[in-house]
Amino acid sequence: MEKHRFTIESNRTVAALTHRLVLKADDPELVVGGEFVNLSLDGFFLRRPLSLCDREPGRITLLYKTVGKGTEALSALREGEVLDVLTGLGKGFDAAACRKRALLVAGGLGAAPLYLLCKELKERGRHVTAVLGFNKAEEIVLEEEFRALCDKVVLATLDGSAGVKGFVTDALSTLDPGWDYFYTCGPLVMMKAVCRALEGPGEASLEERMGCGAGFCYCCTCETVSGPKRVCMDGPVFKKEELTW
Amino acid sequence: MVKDLSVHLAGLRLSNPVIPASGTFGFGLELSGSFDLNVLGGISLKGTTLEPRFGNPTPRVAECEGGMINSVGLQNPGIEALVWEKVPALRDCYRGAVIANISGFSVDEYRTCCALADRCDGIDLIEVNVSCPNVHNGGMAFGTDPASAAAVTRAVREVCRKPVFIKLSPNVTDIVSIARACEDAGADGLTLVNTFLGMRIDIQRRKPVLANTTGGFSGRAVFPVALRMVWQAARACRIPIMGCGGVASAEQVVEMMMAGATAVQIGAENLRNPFACPEIIAALPSVMDRLGISRLEEIIGTV
Repeated sequence: MEKHRFTIESNRTVAALTHRLVLKADDPELVVGGEFVNLSLDGFFLRRPLSLCDREPGRITLLYKTVGKGTEALSALREGEVLDVLTGLGKGFDAAACRKRALLVAGGLGAAPLYLLCKELKERGRHVTAVLGFNKAEEIVLEEEFRALCDKVVLATLDGSAGVKGFVTDALSTLDPGWDYFYTCGPLVMMKAVCRALEGPGEASLEERMGCGAGFCYCCTCETVSGPKRVCMDGPVFKKEELTW
Repeated sequence: MVKDLSVHLAGLRLSNPVIPASGTFGFGLELSGSFDLNVLGGISLKGTTLEPRFGNPTPRVAECEGGMINSVGLQNPGIEALVWEKVPALRDCYRGAVIANISGFSVDEYRTCCALADRCDGIDLIEVNVSCPNVHNGGMAFGTDPASAAAVTRAVREVCRKPVFIKLSPNVTDIVSIARACEDAGADGLTLVNTFLGMRIDIQRRKPVLANTTGGFSGRAVFPVALRMVWQAARACRIPIMGCGGVASAEQVVEMMMAGATAVQIGAENLRNPFACPEIIAALPSVMDRLGISRLEEIIGTV
């Protein structure tokens, strides 16, 4: 873990309640999809953990939804302002676990960490199919970015305003099998349904209210088959067989 | 001029008075990759019980104005894992004072657990937590009544050769009577204060934010109250005090010491800034310089 001061390059609304924050990050610790950073915001005691959506030389990209006062304050910050950021947090996805064809299943902003993973999978020469689920068309993010990388992208919306009408699990039933490993990130109930619906091996990225984000306060504990684990440090990504679902 | 930051605490010499508080620094090792732990005067380890505990359901933490409430519920691997795994691993990279923080659900459990901690070579001091607000039928129940606090203190004192500090709850009408009861029962020192019992409600869901409904409030907002209690206890007792509660700067370390604290614990601030302790320690010499202090120990209880 390292503490940095990163300057905001841009902070824009990209979909309903959804914002893309780009930080000038000169020397971030090496990060993989599923790892996260922890932002300090003036006037708020605890930091806000956000998973990495993209990293390029000199910058990192984060996506977030305004769901409370903290993220609303974050959305008011402008280009040029400086953020206190902890980097190098969490255990990310294991891109090496996929041998040939990967299936990505995202719910809402779960698409963000899966996008960085998708880039890593493509760098390794893997074929990728992505299923992206949203509540409605106005909330869709990263569709073009995934289409540029994936063999196939299937959209699902709860209200049917784009793609398959229904849950990601409804979209899964329309897919040909053939993938050897899956990765999922989204609401807990969605990830449980995905892990039950898919027979093969895979990984899920959990979310829990965090205190420190670095493994020492024990606020974000979850139960696993090998006992209690910290979502922030032992996860957030866990193998399907580690989870008690 | 070279500044002397060292303090003497119940027979131990600490390189400086700054100690991460129990529950806000894990078992120390979690942060060993982030900075050199040896800058710390001491480390108070996560609260430990006789048997392993999962703790409370999540969410266990909630944001508040000027702080946070937590209800971790003493998640820990049990005393055997502490003395055989956690402490030896920490000792591989840390030379300062190691403080075991022990909780229990009966006087017998406190006695058994503290005796095991006392026999562990890597542990220098036993901090007895009679003030956890997040477990039922234990913890704080022992720390809110002078007779119960004294009973735990006596039982633990009998089985320990190492210094025994009792960590007190601020959720009492008269901190002085509890502090005196512990001193009279043989405590070598006191840590005060633990968290303040609090609660938040999610007004959208119309439900408590914490799964356990209530939790302990800590963070910058509690500093003046904690300082007042340290000052009251220091005037009423002769035994040394580790001051704790809302400390977030080198200036506040000095303030706690002037109020009567020999050492100062940093708690919730570690959660918002994991580098809080090394940053505060690094800032102490310049603060002392500005105030004309050459030996930090000379300011203890001067107000």
